[in-house]
Amino acid sequence: MIDMNDISKVYLVGDERVRALDRASLHIYPKEFVSIIGPSGSGKSTLMNIIGCLDVADAGAYRLDGLPIEAYSENELAAIRNEKIGFVFQSFNLIPKLTAWENVELPLIYQKVKRPERQQRVAAALERVGLTNRANHLPTELSGGQQQRVAIARAIVTNPKLILADEPTGALDSKTGQEIIDIFHELHAQGNTIVLITHDRDVAKQAERSVHILDGRITEVQL
Amino acid sequence: MMALKMALRSISSNKLRAVLTMLGIIIGVMALVVLVSLVNGATTSVTDAVSGLGNSMMSVTVSDDKGSPIDPALLNQWSERTDVGLLAPYWTDSATAHGREESGSVTLYGTTAAWYALQGLQMEMGRWLKTADIENHSYVCVLNNAAAEELMGYTDCIGQAVRLDGVEYTIVGVLYEEDGSLTSLSSGGMTVYLPYTSLLRLSDSLLGDVTRFYVSAPEGGTVDMAKTAITELLMERFEEDEEAFSVSTQDVLENAMSSITSVLTILLGGIAAISLVVGGIGIMNIMLVTVTERTREIGIRKAIGASRGTILSQFLMEAVVLCMLGCALGIFLSWAILQTVTTVVSSLEITFSLDGGVVLIAVLFCFVIGLVFGLYPANKAAKMKPIDALHYGG
Ligand SMILES: Nc1ncnc2c1ncn2[C@@H]1O[C@H](COP(=O)(O)OP(=O)(O)OP(=O)(O)O)[C@@H](O)[C@H]1O
Ligand SMILES: [Mg+2]
Repeated sequence: MIDMNDISKVYLVGDERVRALDRASLHIYPKEFVSIIGPSGSGKSTLMNIIGCLDVADAGAYRLDGLPIEAYSENELAAIRNEKIGFVFQSFNLIPKLTAWENVELPLIYQKVKRPERQQRVAAALERVGLTNRANHLPTELSGGQQQRVAIARAIVTNPKLILADEPTGALDSKTGQEIIDIFHELHAQGNTIVLITHDRDVAKQAERSVHILDGRITEVQL
Repeated sequence: MMALKMALRSISSNKLRAVLTMLGIIIGVMALVVLVSLVNGATTSVTDAVSGLGNSMMSVTVSDDKGSPIDPALLNQWSERTDVGLLAPYWTDSATAHGREESGSVTLYGTTAAWYALQGLQMEMGRWLKTADIENHSYVCVLNNAAAEELMGYTDCIGQAVRLDGVEYTIVGVLYEEDGSLTSLSSGGMTVYLPYTSLLRLSDSLLGDVTRFYVSAPEGGTVDMAKTAITELLMERFEEDEEAFSVSTQDVLENAMSSITSVLTILLGGIAAISLVVGGIGIMNIMLVTVTERTREIGIRKAIGASRGTILSQFLMEAVVLCMLGCALGIFLSWAILQTVTTVVSSLEITFSLDGGVVLIAVLFCFVIGLVFGLYPANKAAKMKPIDALHYGG
């Protein structure tokens, strides 16, 4: 599913070069549930951006589902993200002016899915995260946990090959966070590939496999 | 369709700002539509008034008489018909005139007594040519104002003599001439009117056949009536050959009016167009602010799969919709203003109504302005990198 070899990402801050990723290699297979854990500033978000095709690496090779990511244009990457990846962010990243329903519907609109099918799929996605009765609420009218569930619904509505979550529980209390993790467990049980980024050991160890990142380098760990 | 819905939604989420943004466009459209409609309304009513004066006439030119030339007596006969007004044949030539003061080249018009009423002339001094002058081949003439001033030095020159190509004529009248008068056939130039009989004798080159004459509308009738009548008469005379002669209704006043109007329309339209462009810059300004404010939204949309084109069309659509809404509001307000003006000046019996053409132009112009001034902000939005946009402001 994910084949990363010697990926490097360097940020220039003033005159200083910050190696956010230093020859990192990572392999994730279909239907796996992998957590990536590391302290703050270790390069987790940078890694997630590259896995999610939001950013491209400075060096190294990355294949997502067999596609050589370096070779694609910006628009093609947008289509790949739309089709293959579902994002869940720490800060939810819902569009504030759109209702829960419309937020979930958006990726399908970009996929040019026809209206009847769209309605049915949005309804199913919201049902899966248990928010059917909140469909017409704006994000500001929802609690943090509910917003994150809308974000998950948006991530799964396209039936992506990969669900990519960057600290999805970071902004939630531990009880709500666990509810969110439980949804990921369900999704995993249904056969989704999940990559979960966190700095919380308790969260990380619920995954099948954990990968540790420190100063931009990746090591496999057992928790 | 979806983009349109999104645009309307995002505009309606901040109505006050939307209205303020559109203000420039609204005012521009109002300026354009109201001014042009006012000019058109005023022109229509003035033109109607002018044609109502019966000042309309037409000119006839005979190019091929087919062996049966028209003589002045025939014209007299025609002028007795009820569907034709006055008829005045004329011949023109030029001559060197020697006056008391100066000499100069003048245009000679040889015509009849009917010319005066037909052309709607007015005397400053003396009288116009009389039928007796024509019958007697009299050596009398009428000067236009310019000729009197230049040749004689002053306009009060009745009874004095002027020599045309050496032949002495007595001045019996001087025409009144308004400054920049529209009716004057020879603005600026010197013109001398003679009995045509006298001119034919003076000139070597002119023949006695009538080749050009003016016709006026019959009393209580229209120029078109006269045109039909004369055309019929001439067709009969010239073996049904349409090419043998030409009839042109030539209303000097109306022509002048219409050229004034088109200049005014272009001028006012230009001013209004400038204010529309200014309005467009206002739209661009707000769109740039909007794009910055919504950087994060753009990042989210891109992350979940919006292409450049999708983002571009979303923001472009917003700009165009803003412009078109402003345009619609402007047109509505213009309509209200014109309605009010019509009521207020109802004593003048002028109706000001929305001019369809200018409304169409306003709509097209607003659309183009929306596109042009929306393009830069929309492109700015489309070019954002998803990662930078997502992290913007937290
Ligand atoms: N846009 C950027 N410009 C410059 N440096 C950056 C940029 N993004 C990240 N970095 C640097 O790269 C390193 C890794 O950052 P990253 O965001 O990947 O850390 P993280 O593991 O996600 O941390 P956290 O747990 O706090 O989210 C950090 O040292 C950070 O300062
Ligand atoms: Mg991070």
